[in-house]
Amino acid sequence: MEKKRERKFLQGNDAVALGALYAGCKFYAGYPITPSTEVAERLAAWLPKNGGRFIQMEDEISAMAAVIGASLAGKKSLTATSGPGMSLKLENLGYGYMAEVPCVVLNVMRGGPSTGTPTGPGQADIMQARWGTHGDHPCIALTPSTVYEQFSQTVRAFNLAEKYRMPVIILSDEIIGHMREAIEVPLEGELEVIEREKPACAIDEYKPYDNSVLVPKMASFGQGYRYHVTGLNHDEYGFPTNSAKLIGLQEERLIKKVEENYDDIVQVEHFMCEDAEHIIFAFGSSARASKDAVLNLRKKGVKAGLLKPLTIWPFPDREISEYASKVKDITVVELSVGQSVREVSRAAGGRCNIKHIYKVDSKPISPVDIEKAVEG
Amino acid sequence: MRYDIRFSGSGGQGIITAGILLAQAAAIKAGKNAVQSQSYGPEARGGASKAEVIISDDEINYPKIISPDIVISLTQEAYNKYAVDLKDEAVIIVDNTLVHEYKQDGHKVYAVPITASVKELLGSAVSANIATLGVVNEICKIMEHQWLLDVVISNFPERAAENNTKAYNLGIDLAKKVME
Amino acid sequence: MAYNYEKYIRKGRLPHIWCPGCGYGIIMKSMIRAIDAMGWSKDETVIASGIGCASRLPGYLDFNTLHTTHGRSLAFATGIKLANPELKIVALGGDGDMSAIGGNHFIHACRRNIDMTVIVFNNNIYGMTGGQYSPTTPLGAKATTAPYGMLEPDFDICKLAVAAGATFVGRSTSYHALPMEKLFKEAFSHKGLSVVEIIAGCPTGFGRKNNQKTPTSMLLWQKDHAVTKQMAEKMSAEELEGKFITGVLYHDTSKKEYVENYDAVTGFSEK
Repeated sequence: MEKKRERKFLQGNDAVALGALYAGCKFYAGYPITPSTEVAERLAAWLPKNGGRFIQMEDEISAMAAVIGASLAGKKSLTATSGPGMSLKLENLGYGYMAEVPCVVLNVMRGGPSTGTPTGPGQADIMQARWGTHGDHPCIALTPSTVYEQFSQTVRAFNLAEKYRMPVIILSDEIIGHMREAIEVPLEGELEVIEREKPACAIDEYKPYDNSVLVPKMASFGQGYRYHVTGLNHDEYGFPTNSAKLIGLQEERLIKKVEENYDDIVQVEHFMCEDAEHIIFAFGSSARASKDAVLNLRKKGVKAGLLKPLTIWPFPDREISEYASKVKDITVVELSVGQSVREVSRAAGGRCNIKHIYKVDSKPISPVDIEKAVEG
Repeated sequence: MRYDIRFSGSGGQGIITAGILLAQAAAIKAGKNAVQSQSYGPEARGGASKAEVIISDDEINYPKIISPDIVISLTQEAYNKYAVDLKDEAVIIVDNTLVHEYKQDGHKVYAVPITASVKELLGSAVSANIATLGVVNEICKIMEHQWLLDVVISNFPERAAENNTKAYNLGIDLAKKVME
Repeated sequence: MAYNYEKYIRKGRLPHIWCPGCGYGIIMKSMIRAIDAMGWSKDETVIASGIGCASRLPGYLDFNTLHTTHGRSLAFATGIKLANPELKIVALGGDGDMSAIGGNHFIHACRRNIDMTVIVFNNNIYGMTGGQYSPTTPLGAKATTAPYGMLEPDFDICKLAVAAGATFVGRSTSYHALPMEKLFKEAFSHKGLSVVEIIAGCPTGFGRKNNQKTPTSMLLWQKDHAVTKQMAEKMSAEELEGKFITGVLYHDTSKKEYVENYDAVTGFSEK
């Protein structure tokens, strides 16, 4: 008998935990923080029954460090947090980019700078995800807006982390993380699960940071390829270097491995965009309200469409650029005084009008408000 | 069909659990689209909190309720804060154990002594949220009682099944009485 | 017969960055001999470190080596051990790395009792950045950021480790190369979290400012002030004034090792 997908009623955070198991996650380290804690609670119970281990660390910094350590030892690993915790994780997140260690970091965005509003939604960590840790570095960040996408984008985050050998961020928010809806859980084998490419070359030929390829193969500690890992600029064998040539090559390769794989990494959803004269750009919980707004506007005869990024970094420049040259305006909807709107304006390059509607009072933006913004 | 249902009460009364159970039953047993969300303060106990459930044949996007079809309030503070923005034909259910000041006109208003009755029957008010589900479903006829009860039972340890069934059925009886 | 270190030193990685007269080379050699005596294979051994002079050590050795962020080696090592408990882990760092910026990780690693060894290279100063005071700089000592003398009381790393729950705690000095090697072997053999503090001199960052102008005078200071635990037991409080105690200071085998206990309690199974 053919196996059927099981229909489960899940919280958004639970779906991340379930997606992580689907992707083969074997390690979670975290620190309690609203509104992400349910991910830790689920994995504390589920991981040991699925060949993995869980630990609650002493702080956010060490949780990020432990996740990188586990990945170096060959295990797919995850940590989850929210704004204040993300701020603390940035140090070791940068280490992850520099040392090219795959792992997944979930930020369930809440309101405000500092402690902000723990139980209210926010979407103002977009620029932090991109530029938060110091130095030039690559960034991949995904933005789910449904409970199913919490699952599927978590699987994709692990895949991208393993494929491009780097930390991948999932930017969810309090509404998506805490809301519940039914999902049809994909069966084993239905979604692609990418495994890390490990070296098979002779031991003395192994270059963990080979600059002649975009993504060098990664050996696990204990596998037999003994190599050095450091956050310092390093040569192709991982050892610290002051060679201008090697530093430059390595830094540029880090950026290029993401830039040159735009088509593979950037995913967007087009909803009623074919004949649209007005595009709404929204992600996460704001995309849900925007979808209703599009439906209501269409009923009124307004040709609106929704461009919903599932990848917010790299920013979907090409898609925005394409619409900018054929629509009247793009309305950016976000729970931020203005982060993604800067990027949309940049990508649109002045070819269409850019409108902006935002809210930062810990409440979501309603469909009616969005309709008014599009019509206004 | 679409129901926008708002449960409101104080932290610890189990209103979020009630919302989850109703939405789960709608999504899994009744095969509807259902979304549950919540809003709460920093208190694990006390304060005013709400759980919102949207049940619909159509896709549900915006997960928050703009104007509810059904509001259930278990405390006065929750009633004052959350029995607002109602649709004209909305149903309001107040637990008059703790809610004493409420508008009796303009909407279909039902005052049901849920908490007091559960306490009298079972010696504790712990299952008041389950009785609330019985009340709501009897008054609003959202789905078959058995579907909802099955979900209630499967979500708790076996030892709670008996009391939860009693509480749910008590809710049905209480609803019948106020609808007479 | 002279010991041959070449088996464990990475080709082309020397000379090291340490100043002439630094005690860290002596510690590295004692570590190598102890690892060799344990019979650990190079493939199963992980050396992790934080940031600072001591933390450059892993780069010179032919193991799985990890040079992490400042103070965080124990947190990275915790992840490594939970991902692969077969690996033998030594995490090392200086006094600033382990007890200031990494102090939180240090006490919690001690509390958890994960099977690994922590080596604290204590030279009482931040050497790499040029001689700023650390949590182990003695009261009154001079540092570039303590031009009037150190104002803060110092940490006793070993007492801190015992209080935080470490199950093996010992101390030695860079003068005592052979007792240090023996202490390392005992620490490596211990099942649980072991902490070894090695008192070492920093002639450049500390000695110059504090009347220990030559490396030799620093080593002699260690020789004169170290008192073994056995000797200390026979000495009066006055006699012990200004001295520090070496050897195995604490050893508890009753506490459960974290990963073994995790697997037993949670019913962990490889899948």
